[in-house]
This record gives sequence, C-alpha cells and structure tokens, in this order.
Amino acid sequence: MLQTEIIVPAELVRLVLGIVALAAFVGANAIVLVWLERKVAGHIQRRPGPFEVGPYGLLQTAADAAKLIGKQLTMPAGADAFLFWLAPILAFLPVFVLFMPIPFGENLYSLDMDLGLVLILAYAGFGVLSLCLAGWSSHNKWGLLGAARAVSQSVAYEIPLLLAVLAIAFMTGSFNLQAITEGQGPWPWQWNVAVQPLAFFIYFACALAETNRAPFDLPEAESELTAGFHTEYSGMGFGLFFLAEYANMIVVSSVATVLFLGGWQGPVFSGWWWFLAKVYALILAMMWFRWTYPRVRFDQLLNLNWKWFIPLGLANLLVTVAVV
Amino acid sequence: MSEIQTGDYYTRHFSPGPSDDTLIINMGPQHPSTHGVLRIIVELDGEYILRCEPVLGYVHRMHEHMGETKSYTQYLPNMGRVDYLHALAWNWAWCGAVEKLAGIEVPERAQYIRVLTTELNRISSHLLWWGAYILDLGAFSPILYAFQDREIIMDLLQIPTGSRLTYCYFRFGGVSADLSDAFLAGLKDFVPYLRGRLPMYRDLVTDNVILRKRCEGIGHFSPELCRRYGATGPVARGSGIDYDVRRAEPYSIYDRFDWEVPVLEAGDAMSRYLIRLAEIEQSLKIIEQALATIPSGDFIAKGAPKPKWAPPRGETYFAVEGARGKIGVWLVSDGTKTPYRVKLRAPGYCNLSLFAEAAQGVLLADAVSILGSLDLVIPEIDR
Amino acid sequence: MTLFKEFQSALKGLWSLAVGLKVTGREFARPQLTVHYPRKVVDNIVTYRGHIELVGKPKEPAVPKCITCMMCATVCPSGCISIKKFPPPKVAPAAEGEEAKPKAKPVKTPKAFNLNYNTCSLCGLCVQNCPVDSLRFSTDVYLAGVSRADFEYDLMARLAAQAEAVAKAKAPAEATAGAKPGEGGE
Repeated sequence: MLQTEIIVPAELVRLVLGIVALAAFVGANAIVLVWLERKVAGHIQRRPGPFEVGPYGLLQTAADAAKLIGKQLTMPAGADAFLFWLAPILAFLPVFVLFMPIPFGENLYSLDMDLGLVLILAYAGFGVLSLCLAGWSSHNKWGLLGAARAVSQSVAYEIPLLLAVLAIAFMTGSFNLQAITEGQGPWPWQWNVAVQPLAFFIYFACALAETNRAPFDLPEAESELTAGFHTEYSGMGFGLFFLAEYANMIVVSSVATVLFLGGWQGPVFSGWWWFLAKVYALILAMMWFRWTYPRVRFDQLLNLNWKWFIPLGLANLLVTVAVV
Repeated sequence: MSEIQTGDYYTRHFSPGPSDDTLIINMGPQHPSTHGVLRIIVELDGEYILRCEPVLGYVHRMHEHMGETKSYTQYLPNMGRVDYLHALAWNWAWCGAVEKLAGIEVPERAQYIRVLTTELNRISSHLLWWGAYILDLGAFSPILYAFQDREIIMDLLQIPTGSRLTYCYFRFGGVSADLSDAFLAGLKDFVPYLRGRLPMYRDLVTDNVILRKRCEGIGHFSPELCRRYGATGPVARGSGIDYDVRRAEPYSIYDRFDWEVPVLEAGDAMSRYLIRLAEIEQSLKIIEQALATIPSGDFIAKGAPKPKWAPPRGETYFAVEGARGKIGVWLVSDGTKTPYRVKLRAPGYCNLSLFAEAAQGVLLADAVSILGSLDLVIPEIDR
Repeated sequence: MTLFKEFQSALKGLWSLAVGLKVTGREFARPQLTVHYPRKVVDNIVTYRGHIELVGKPKEPAVPKCITCMMCATVCPSGCISIKKFPPPKVAPAAEGEEAKPKAKPVKTPKAFNLNYNTCSLCGLCVQNCPVDSLRFSTDVYLAGVSRADFEYDLMARLAAQAEAVAKAKAPAEATAGAKPGEGGE
C-alpha cells in the first residue's frame, strides 16, 4: 500500500510490490480480525474478551500465533503426507491472488486488469479445494464428512454468488473492479447496493457460506463433526486454516465493498480509509451474525441455495438485463 | 465385514460391521455434543444415520453399591453427584425414601424450603440445558446469557446450602440449614427478574427461524415409544403424555400450589424445548406461591435421625420429579445401619434408550439436535 | 398462492433473524458482568462453605471446643477427618501456653485434628453432628496446590494461627478474642 505513487512503466514492479504489501496487509489484518472477533464475541456475551496480553488484549493473537508456531505438527497414521500439508498452504496462498485486482484507492491497486472480477471468482474456487484435500487426506471420518460438506456447499453457493456478481457486471458493463468502483458515486444512494439490494443480499449470504462462517459453518460444525475438515491439524496447520478463514472474510468483504458499496469512494475525503471502513463494517456484521445465530442444517443450507438464492438471483439478473 | 479386527468390544459387536457403502463412526466419548462421556456408535450412509447404539458406563461410579456400604446418612453426599444439575431432586428422592421407610415426619417449614430450593434448582438445570442445547445447534451466545441467570440462582442457593453445584442440603426429617432473610429477599427479586428475561430468550432463540427449522418435526417420539422405553419428564410430556410425578403421585406439598403441567402433543424436539421453557415459568409460579405462604417453624424435625440410626426392616420406593424426569429410589432395609439394597432410577437412562430407535434414518445434525433435546446428564445415566 | 405464502414465511423468518440481531446488539452495548478474578473477587464468599475448621473456646481461642467424641470422624462419608486423643495421663503440649489447670481427669481436647481435604465432599455432616459446635466451615475458596499434601490440613495449627492473628489485631485491647475468632487467618 506504500508504493502507489511510483508509476513505473513496468507493471511487474507494481505487481511484486503489491504482493509483498498485500501479504503484510492480509497477515496483519487477519491477526487483528481474530482479536476483533474475540472482542466482539466477548462483548456480545458481556465478557471482556482477551484483555490480559497487551493493551486491550491486542497482543493476544500474536501470543496465540507464537504458541501455534511452537507446537508440534502431527499427522495421523495413514494420512497422505503430501496432500495433508499441501492443504493448509493451498488454503492461504490464493488469498494473495484474490487481492491483486482489488482497488483499495484511486491508484492503490497492484494489478489493473479488465477481467479482475473473473480472476477473483476463478481463484475463489481454490479455497474449497484445500478444504476438500484437508478432509480427505487426514484419514479421519469426521474430516471426510467435513470435506464432503465443504465441497457441496461451496460448489452450490458459487452459483448464486456468480449470479449476484453478474448483475453488477451487466449494469456496469465491465469486469474491471476499478471501473465498477468509479461507476458508482460517492454517496450511499449512488452505490450499487441502492440499485441492487437483492443482489447484495444474495451476495452477502453466499459470501457467508463461501467463507464457512456461521450460520453456514457446516464444514467445521463443531458440535456435529468435532472440527470437520481440520480435525487432525495441529499447530500452524490449523493456524493457516484459521488465518485463511479471516483472510477470506477480508476478500469477500472487499469484493462486496467494490461491487456494492462504492469501493474507496465516500461522501467526504474519498480514499482507502473509506474502503477499509466499509470492509470492516461488513466483517463486523459477519461476526455479529456468528455470535447470534444457530447453525443451519446441511440439507436446509442446500435447499436455501437451490430454492431461494438461485431463482432469486436469476430473476434479479433477468430484470437487470431487461432494464439495461 | 472387515477382516481386520479393530476397535473395542462394542465396535466389534456392532454387527454387521462396516460395508462398502456405509461408515461406522464413534460419536463420543469425547465428542463435543454428547455432553460428557457418552459414546454412540453410528452407522452412517452419507450423513444419514442407519443405526446407532449408545455405549454407556464411562463414568460409572457404583453409586448403587456405595449405598450398600455406607450408612444412610453417609450416602447423602452421593446424591448431589448422581445428577449434578438437579442435585436437590436427588437429595429429596433419597431423603424421601428414607423418611417413607422410617415414617419420619417433615416439618411444614422444611417442606416449603424443599419446594423452594428444588424448584429453583430445576430452573437452573433447565437454563443450563437451554444454553447447552442451543450450543449444540451452533449458537454460542445464548449459553452465556443463560449462565448470567443461572449465576444468580447459584448465588442464591449458595446461601442455604453452602455449595454451588453438588448440593448436599436435605437431611432426613428436614434440611440442614434454615433459609435466611437474604435468600428469601433475593428469591423474591429473582422471580420477576427471570420473568423479564424470558422474552429475550424467546426473541433471540425460540422465534429464530433457523432454530425452528432445526427443531420442528425433528426427532418425533410417539407416546407409544415413550411408554415402551419408560421415558419421563419433559421428553414424555413433549409427546403428549400428561405425567408429572408432582401431579400424578403428589408428594410433599405440591398439591397446595396452583400450577400446570405443560404438555404438548407434537413429540418433536421443539415441543420438548417449549415444555422446558414452560416449566421454568411454572416453577417460578410455584416459587412465588411458596414464598408468599412459607410458615415459620423448624427446618428439621425434632426427632430427626442421628448418624448411627438404623431404620426398621422393610422396603420402599419413592419418586420425585427431577428436571429430566422421574427420579426413583428403591430402598431395602434389613434393619442395620447400612441399606441392604439401593436402586436409583435415573430418568436420563430411559430417555437415552429412546435415542437408538428414534435416530434411525435421521441426519447426523438432527441426531445432535435429538440428543440435545433429551437433556442428558451422563453421570446420572451411568450412576 | 402457495408461492405467496412461501414468501411470507421467508420474510417472517428474516424478520426473526433481525430480531435476534437486535437482542445481541443490545447485549453488546450493555456493561460487562465478568469479575476479573485476580483484581476483583466475587462478593458472596461469606456464604460459601468450604473445608471445616475448628472453633476455639470463648476464653481460650487457641484451644478447640472439641471433646474428641469422634462423631465427626465416624459420620464422615469419606473418612477424611483423623483425630488423635491425648493418652490418659496429662501431657502439656508446647504449642499451647495457656493449658487448663492440672486435673486428674483425662484431657478431652484433641492432640491432633487433621483434615484430608482431598477426599472431602463438603456435605457438612461433621459440622451438623458435632455435639459441642466445635466445627465450622471456612470460606477458603481460592485454594491451589501442587501436591496432595497441600490439602492435608492440620486444623489445630490453623486454629492456633487464627487465634494469634486475632490476638495481634486486638493487641491494644485485651487479648481475648470473643466467641468468634477472625475469619480467614491463613
């Protein structure tokens, strides 16, 4: 996020710098988000949350991360070692790619491409691959069940997600995220959410499902599957999945901000701070949901998708196309 | 059938063994939703349960045999440990059985004290169940809200009993300590407080569409099934069986109060859920009436048995209504200082027996919901 | 029409979700209830009945009222009380300065009174059955130890320490400690 004033002809420099900056951004934010989640949970339940380590417990996540790194990595007997360790890395890696086309500010992006949205949608599928591999390779029946859930859930929910996103793409006539941002005005009523509330709703619900957040956290449903796909992971293996979950939350919230909430534009002082504020507002809402709702059942989840989100998404798309 | 013999006795005898299409999986004894060390062997086809079988005994502590080796008085503290959530009902079952056997009169005030504390304890048990059940269904916050209210109950019960969970408060012929004014005043405040909290419970959980979808129509128990397995308590009442020991075989002074036995016909997890919430309200109603009419007097009978006392020969059965159902104590005395035989009827044991039959063909997630709706306390089942 | 009803129930469901959010949102804004343990402690410890301790005689707070009738040790379901009597001829222990006047009668006060708190189940039968009210509950809640021996209490020494603490607190006044020796003298 520091390099943006350098407008060098070589796109490569921007790309490399962008990836480095994004790695720092994602890492730092994921750690902050873990802390934030615990604080939100605490306050909703009228507890303080973490408060011993550092001011307001801010260093708690760092301490936990240090603990996780220090832990022994174990692997169950009979597990496929290569796939087993590939899975957590695969869960975390695509996150960087996902961030690249996202414009954080007017000039604050690492990759300006016309098909940015397509890139994001394509690489978002990687997440489910990692969950599938994790559950499958860990030689654990609960893990397998979790993986099966993860796959069918993610595959099913990608369709309405696409439909919601397509509606926006049709409206703007572009897959370029910067263009989509600039197509919206600085004021809330000029944002796409005002024009496409249904698409936003579908997108947000699907985003919850795609990131396996409550009430759609079935692949890791603790009370049913012990820990689902990451049952057998210890130490940083688990830590990476955990971080990936938060990183994915940032991704989907960022995309939602770009597509629906006017991106980095705000009524006053447009800039990356507006972008961050919107992203964090969405993430807070996701946390709020998690600490309020019970978990839906698996078949209900899929029914919700096929009977409601997809027809609604299609209808929305049709209307959009007709109007445009 | 797999050629390799793996697993323990129960796994091997869960025949026929795994096939190519199904998965045999152990739910428990360390599974988060079995609330303790219950183990259920489940045969899954996808996420559907084909068969399942509970395996018990991981916390078997020989409570019944301990009854035969200890004196009548010395067995008292065991009672709080059988079912730690509704310890006072078990206290009452034991004391009531001994009193019935020896014909000990309990003073009026002691009866009121017993009703007040036991009903309060029932509320705390239901509150804990409520939170834990919602936790099973995946919502994390309600259990802490329930604990807020339960904390007040525990603070209150700590005043007369001195403990917070495993109470050993009742004695033959009364209770061990009188109720203080602080307790009575606190209880008087607590009743409207909890009534004010219940709408919040309803808004947050009962009316929640996700919860309703997880409970309504799930785990249907027919009255016939309940009767066959001897299910009691909210499980039976949720299936339309109007049976509450407090009403059916009135003991103590329950017949003096105006209260209802909530009964629902649906027989699903939601009806069991609603029954328990309704019972909280009914318990509050009983407490309110008992508070208004509690007489002064002794809290323990003048001629209460001394520790080395021995009851006459004979046998007796005494049952009370616990939070989970009918708690029964069958007691045989041979005239010595230790009982000849003690049999504890734990309601959870019968309620759990239902599960294997009721869970056939349901989804794994529904099995969790059904298991939670039974309100199991594993130490009580294993005894 | 069924479609309409479906939509209606879906909207109702959504509304119930919003109501849930309202509840948690309200709770979010309310003050915390947690008692931060090491800095604050709960205020109802006085009603807690912890392990037992001896009660001193009104005039001699360091000497228990106990008459070594062994009732508590007998009634205890877990056998966690062990009492040693003095042998019939009188021996003056070093710890007790103010010994009763020498008499021919056997000494009734215990020589040793030990509690194994590891096995105690806090039923209170000993306290209830003590004929001379020489036992009461302490309010020790914050107990921690690294070995079982940490929970084997010498109640005589505990009583002596409590009496001493009370005497010290009342040093300017007379050194008599009244009927109730001070609470929680460790």
